[in-house]
Amino acid sequence: MTLNKNDLIRMYKQMLTIRRFEEKVAEFLSQGTIHGTGHLYIGEEAIAVGACRAIENEDYITSTHRGHGHCIAKGADLNKMMSELLGKETGYCRGKGGSMHIADVETGNLGANGVVGGGIPIACGAGITIKMKKLKRVVLCFFGDGAVNQGVFHESLNLASVWDLPVVFICENNFYAMSTATKIAFKIKDLSLRAASYGMPGVKVDGNDVLKIYEEVIEAASRAREDKGPTFIVCDSYRWKGHSRSDAERYRTKKEVMEWKKRCPIERFKKYLLDKRYLTREMTEQIEWEVNLSIQEAVDFAQKSPFPSLKTLEQDVYAN
Amino acid sequence: MPTVELTYREALRRALREEMARDENVYMMGEDIAIYGGAFGVSLGLLEEFGPERIKDTPLSESVIVGAALGSALTGMRPVAEIMFMDFITIGMDQLINQAAKIHYMYGGKACVPMVLRTPGGSGTGAAAQHSQSLEGLLCHIPGLKVVMPSCPYDALGLLKSSIRDNNPVVFVEHKLLYSGRELVPEKEYLVPLGKSEVKREGTDLTLVALSVMVVRALKAADKLAQEGISVEIIDPRTLVPLDLEAIINSVKKTHRLLIVHEACKRGGFGAEILSQVEESDAFDYLDVPIRRLAGSNIPIPYSPGLEKGAVPQEDDILGAARKLVG
Repeated sequence: MTLNKNDLIRMYKQMLTIRRFEEKVAEFLSQGTIHGTGHLYIGEEAIAVGACRAIENEDYITSTHRGHGHCIAKGADLNKMMSELLGKETGYCRGKGGSMHIADVETGNLGANGVVGGGIPIACGAGITIKMKKLKRVVLCFFGDGAVNQGVFHESLNLASVWDLPVVFICENNFYAMSTATKIAFKIKDLSLRAASYGMPGVKVDGNDVLKIYEEVIEAASRAREDKGPTFIVCDSYRWKGHSRSDAERYRTKKEVMEWKKRCPIERFKKYLLDKRYLTREMTEQIEWEVNLSIQEAVDFAQKSPFPSLKTLEQDVYAN
Repeated sequence: MPTVELTYREALRRALREEMARDENVYMMGEDIAIYGGAFGVSLGLLEEFGPERIKDTPLSESVIVGAALGSALTGMRPVAEIMFMDFITIGMDQLINQAAKIHYMYGGKACVPMVLRTPGGSGTGAAAQHSQSLEGLLCHIPGLKVVMPSCPYDALGLLKSSIRDNNPVVFVEHKLLYSGRELVPEKEYLVPLGKSEVKREGTDLTLVALSVMVVRALKAADKLAQEGISVEIIDPRTLVPLDLEAIINSVKKTHRLLIVHEACKRGGFGAEILSQVEESDAFDYLDVPIRRLAGSNIPIPYSPGLEKGAVPQEDDILGAARKLVG
């Protein structure tokens, strides 16, 4: 599937939406408007957008604690997202989940996850459904480098491989599991090597190159749909912000952060689009304006929305 | 009504067979459940009947067994996962407690996880500390899980069918010593609802609430006690979550005495929960003597036969506790 000009512009706009959404969340976190914690996706936008562009609406994703980008890339409603972050009744989870549990199962988003690696076996389960119901769908399973050292990573990739489950495992390697650097937590330098022991293809890709990610996921997804099994894709990228609200970032240098900021995935894609003359300066300004408006609308919607009533406190522990 | 004699094992198998025939979304997965038929033979023969797509042998990976069951339940299937020994649910605990139990609530009621986790608990087979635990108390503590513990073939069949049709994660706790127990059950299809206890024996002097294999021991003890002139009413809650407290309360109001018997360690065991709930109810005013619990020692299950028996309540222990309470 080749992307046309409009597809590319949509992807750019989506990356920018994630960036601006997260900047607003950062602001709310520092003001205390958001009372819980939040894990920002700034710097890693290319992965979610490149990967989700490669799948269809009816396909599934599983996400992580750093999940806002995946939600937006999967087509989430910004109003409902912002409402959830503000703990409002109109949020995706009616204020019961918050940042780490945004889900919209009906549109294929099986949920963010507060446990590192927690979504990986769930993705396998969605893969079982697809296979048993012969749906020809695919599951994108996002997780960070930290999750690669969880036991469920091993159990899940092995199961997906022996059962040829239609899952694309996407590791967002931002080089730190909270403060623990990959060089401390892994003896191997290239995490994609892990794939070999499960008998599945392992690919390493520049996680700041949205088109390259798109291409790799297209290929992996088509393999999955053809019943040829899972793929492990490692996207090297970087989180610009701290792990969460309370991170003093003692484990990395300002210089390192600055180096990565120079490789901004959005600026890079913008330059590509300008060079190709798919975008003009005027158009980028228009897009910026539209994105900012959509974020402002989401904020307004969320702020005007009511908090959930205490009457809902004990509702929905069990399904009928 | 035509009946047929089934073992507990066969009753479970019939439930699985009926539900798989009824609903194509129902499937099984677990370790050695296919050609081997499960460590305790429950699924023997189902592979031939339903094929490897629906009777899935998994690698030895409890976390992904639980998690994949969850993920497929979330997307429209009704998996029945088997965990070979109840002790091994601890290996899949993140997926059970942090994920499956919470999704419905955490997602604002907008998704559900209709899955069953079948697992045999209990001691008495000489398998020692890592294959003999009764961990239902841990599970009952977790909002979002349902916990079912049948004590006889009739209940095993009807409750498993209801569990499979339930839209929540249900942990279905079988007991190794019960698998070969026999009973006449209706030939015709039937269900036993979750959250409904059963009076297994009517009596007037003492209410005895027993769980799982303790129901069998309590029934034997009650026969002997009857000869001594002590009339025991035995209630099997059958499901711990949700708990049919009403039936226990009504019985206590009649007998004025309550003894709770379970195999799990006494400390933090489900008996403490039943005791508290009865004390907090209006049944408290009807009690003539304090409620007593008879439960497993607060120790890992030991190996040597005498020690193993000594670790959990036996028929004689029930006799002793009942006499003390009535005397």
